[in-house]
Amino acid sequence: MSIDVEKIRTDFPILRREVHGKPLVYFDNAATSQKPRQVIDAISDYYSHYNANVHRGVHKLSEEATAAFEGARKKIADFVNAGDGRQIVFTRNATEAINLVAYSWGRKNMKKGDEILLTQMEHHSNLVPWQILANEVGAKLRFIEIDENGELRIKKEELRKYLTPKTRLVGLVHVSNVLGTINPVKRFIEEISKFKIHNSKFAPKVLVDGAQAVPHMPVSIQNINPDFYVFTGHKMLGPTGIGVLYAKKELLEEMEPFLSGGEMILEVDWEKSSWNYVPWKFEAGTPDVAGAIGLGAAVDYLNSLGMKNVREHEKELTAYALEQLSKIQDLVIYGPKEVEKRGGVISFNIIKNGKVAIHPHDLASILDTEGIAVRSGHHCAQPLMKVLGIPAAARVSFYIYNTKDEIDKLIPAIEKAKFIFKVD
Amino acid sequence: MEDQIYRQELLDIIRNPSNRGEISKPDLEARAVNPLCGDEVKLQIKLKSGEIVEKAVFSGNGCAISQASASLLTQNIEGKKLSGIRKLKGNDILKLIGISPSPSRIGCALLSLEVLMEALGKVKS
Repeated sequence: MSIDVEKIRTDFPILRREVHGKPLVYFDNAATSQKPRQVIDAISDYYSHYNANVHRGVHKLSEEATAAFEGARKKIADFVNAGDGRQIVFTRNATEAINLVAYSWGRKNMKKGDEILLTQMEHHSNLVPWQILANEVGAKLRFIEIDENGELRIKKEELRKYLTPKTRLVGLVHVSNVLGTINPVKRFIEEISKFKIHNSKFAPKVLVDGAQAVPHMPVSIQNINPDFYVFTGHKMLGPTGIGVLYAKKELLEEMEPFLSGGEMILEVDWEKSSWNYVPWKFEAGTPDVAGAIGLGAAVDYLNSLGMKNVREHEKELTAYALEQLSKIQDLVIYGPKEVEKRGGVISFNIIKNGKVAIHPHDLASILDTEGIAVRSGHHCAQPLMKVLGIPAAARVSFYIYNTKDEIDKLIPAIEKAKFIFKVD
Repeated sequence: MEDQIYRQELLDIIRNPSNRGEISKPDLEARAVNPLCGDEVKLQIKLKSGEIVEKAVFSGNGCAISQASASLLTQNIEGKKLSGIRKLKGNDILKLIGISPSPSRIGCALLSLEVLMEALGKVKS
């Protein structure tokens, strides 16, 4: 079974608009996805019919809002096979989820001389919180390098090279937002847990950043078996302002709160308080009720398509785009050549005589005049840009509503930019 | 729209920019990066009798708009007094480059002015 793109497109009101007089071609899905009518309606329905604060009220509206809010949590847990909803903490986004772990787990469990192992393809969100933590406690950051195919330069035996008895945490992106690389996170985590048996009293904890994975492919957290897994709602048809932290239950139990105040307490006295049960211990203040409900509706929508079908559709688009883009002279594509190894993200540049011939910003401006929305810049991965030896790149990223016809519009638009900039 | 942004003169500047380079022992120097895109502009200025710009050069890398505006701005300020240069505003730069970039690209156009003002801030007065 495959997905019916024409039918899907009618669910997205924004796809009817024009940009600079041309039909919108939205290729910036790795930044944020568009929202179907079903998600917009679910949010509007909450505000129109049962808006109330959750958990505390005993009145009808509060009961309905609580049921919808907690129901969304359960739906999301099922969607990523993360056990019962108790291991799903709502945050603002994936960035906040990582900050929560760095603050609540990191500050208690890391000390001077400890090591944090990351990769060269991390988004700033899985780098900067660890830099701050490392500076604070005197820990050291190490990085797994990437090879010329945009994959982690690591074979089974080489992972050991990076792990030491002092490694406390490994931060790993599931799918790179620049290279598109799908990292073998399950195999890595198996390797890392073996390390404990051989070399150390404790295996390092592993945090997987799934912001570019969960929207685009089937993800089973229990199968991958990370200690922490984060993702965000707005990249998977949901609203902005709602993200998810999954953590193993024993970790959530022992971790101290991140933010404090209402909602997250059991009992409060003048001098001290006790904490609520997980996950609410980590959800201080009134949560984003509408956001959670909207994300629940997004999960319903994706379930109705089937995540295997979503992945197949994107694979087909990616294969087609790689083929068409590689016909453009002087166009260099970053990341794995094999479509099985990459998500629907393609970063590229026009390179002439070893130099970027059209700055990605200029390229994106020209594509914009054709109604084509792409991302340009460093993609929140400045150190990775240095590894690739470029200041920036242009990026197209696909989702369920994109078509081959749209890719066919991209190619002449890039040729037009080359013509304007006299790259020949 | 692109015909306005990427008018021919601008593209010619990019292909062969005036005042691109570095000078040794500049009297004033500053550098800034546009966090949006990583565009980088460095300006160096040599002064005559402490208040007139004798030579101004730029270096760095970035998009057509940021690099063209740096080139035009450094040409524009040569021979001028610092007191006059201090009065330059964003609109003057847009007039200089002769385009009206979209809101997301204004920062590219004004980066070199920002760097210039930072460099001028280092003058002991």
